[in-house]
Amino acid sequence: MKKHLLPSLILITINLVAAPLWAQTLEEKGLAIATETDLRDTGFGDFKAEMGMLLRNKQGEESQRFMRTRTLEGSGDGDKTMIIFDRPRDVKGTALLTYTHKNSSDDQWLYLPALKRVKRIASRNKSGPFMGSEFAYEDLSSQEVEKYTYKFVEDTELEGVPMFLIERDPVDKYSGYTRQLVWINKTEYRPERIEFYDRKNSLLKTLVFRKYQKYLDQFWRAEEMYMENHQTGKNTLLTWKDYKFRNGYSEGDFKKNSLKRAK
Amino acid sequence: MLGFSTQTIAEWSGEVGLEGRWHMQSPVDPAQYDKGLSLSFESEYSKSWDGGNQSFVFKPFLRLDQIDDKRTHVDIREAVWIKAGDDWEFRLGIDKVYWGVTEANHLVDIINQTDQLENPDGEQKLGQAMIKFSTERDWGTVDAYFLPWFRERQFAGNRDRLRSQPRVDASQTQYENDLEQHYPDLALRWSHSVGDWDLGLSHFHGTSREPSFSLGTDGSGNSVLIPRYAIIDQSSLDVQATLDDWLWKLETIYRSGHGDSFYAATGGFEYTLVGIAETDNDLGILLELMYDDRGASATTPFNQDVFLGLRWVANDTQSTEVLGGVIVDWSSQSKFFNLEASRRFGDNWKASLQMRAWLDVPLNDLAFSQHRDDYIEAKLVRYF
Repeated sequence: MKKHLLPSLILITINLVAAPLWAQTLEEKGLAIATETDLRDTGFGDFKAEMGMLLRNKQGEESQRFMRTRTLEGSGDGDKTMIIFDRPRDVKGTALLTYTHKNSSDDQWLYLPALKRVKRIASRNKSGPFMGSEFAYEDLSSQEVEKYTYKFVEDTELEGVPMFLIERDPVDKYSGYTRQLVWINKTEYRPERIEFYDRKNSLLKTLVFRKYQKYLDQFWRAEEMYMENHQTGKNTLLTWKDYKFRNGYSEGDFKKNSLKRAK
Repeated sequence: MLGFSTQTIAEWSGEVGLEGRWHMQSPVDPAQYDKGLSLSFESEYSKSWDGGNQSFVFKPFLRLDQIDDKRTHVDIREAVWIKAGDDWEFRLGIDKVYWGVTEANHLVDIINQTDQLENPDGEQKLGQAMIKFSTERDWGTVDAYFLPWFRERQFAGNRDRLRSQPRVDASQTQYENDLEQHYPDLALRWSHSVGDWDLGLSHFHGTSREPSFSLGTDGSGNSVLIPRYAIIDQSSLDVQATLDDWLWKLETIYRSGHGDSFYAATGGFEYTLVGIAETDNDLGILLELMYDDRGASATTPFNQDVFLGLRWVANDTQSTEVLGGVIVDWSSQSKFFNLEASRRFGDNWKASLQMRAWLDVPLNDLAFSQHRDDYIEAKLVRYF
């Protein structure tokens, strides 16, 4: 009996996600797609990467940011992430530690190297711009399934590639968005494009994922994320490079003392 | 711990700052200046190896002041070797440590001597020689410090503003203990984060960073203040609760050995209005109450005061920020105003402005010596 149980469970899962979903409501189908997207990115363990940001305003003036990031995958709860700032130089050495939670607001500590002070900050300001860019803190934080409610919109295409279009609404009342439209690649279950609608439900920003690379034969990571603000005419190109997975990070690498050492 | 790289990484960075200070009123002592320029240099060399488990940081500092030769000073802010394991850390050398949560007053922060030549706000510190061991466990972090060498507070010279009247004569400094600067200080701290709460409990035994003063005369027969450093025991608690838009903060100390035993506390909140008027701007409202059990005989001006402040953060590309506030003594009605603003220009420049003013300071208030020292300071920093 036992031998047969596992394959049948897998069959049920596949049915839930990929089969013609006449038995599901649009909400159930949206959630199933989001859950499968999350499942396919489960098991990476940890990773580190270098981030660059090119900020451009309406007049075409540019400004650059450089950061390094490392993430430890959460078991049970959300991921833990550390971001260390390298440029602009006046914030060099500043570091941000985030504990993502699935069912409550995230915990964040900011290390200010000039004073050597670690400040617990209110993650309430998640809707605010990250480093003056068009990315909000909430756009960059770990995308846990529980942070949104979902609704399937339609099967569609993006540049000839079949997509699921789903709508997701942030659960957190402090989010800067009423809703987001997400285009998810049907074969790879990875986001390709997100439209963000502000609190007045007008289109605010569009995020496009470019140059996806596959790591460890399973995990897709975009090398470029291009965010365009339709209301201000500003845009930010976020580039990721030197991805390295499974560095053997432990909980101890994501504590306040490691924040002070992170150079 | 595993760092970012397996190779040795060495790096130099630094900053050069030019600042001008202008005092609007004539000084109490005619020897004191009205306006002056000063240059500062700070550089940092850091090197990490052993997969990031070991590192060395060296950070010298130099200030050259046009007017006052006391404010011209050199310091080694940091020169420390760090070795880290999975849940522990060892530091040996000269380092800087910050404890505490409040903004207007820093009661709990005691490891480093204050560099008040840099800024009267008490946030600039001199490097402190130390051996430190930390361990991070599920039940919190424990830091143990051995501090073998005491740094005296440095005082402004005869020509400088923002000094006591009469001036302090550090050459006559007295110590309670015969070991003087060699008296070994010890400190222990437990800190932990539980949900929305960040807690710290600390104890310090050793030479008080804050001196008491007695009246004396210098070689030429002028009145001077003579600093004296006592051996103290200080226990402290610092707490912050981070609840949505509210940060609730409390620092409290109990000190013995420095005159009569006393306690002091600073507590309040910072409330942030995020994205005001549908913009990216944040506005923070700060309120803190300060109390010192010693009342009028306290060695700090913050004995029964209230701080009210506003922090405006533009969240723009240039990181524009303004913090303004007033501290009012609720018994004497004396007032201290403070305004700080800063903005980045390009990728490597930063300009800042600071304004400070005293109002209605009575003769018996500790701040009276500075009541005519209102100033505006403009600063330009280039980062390398």
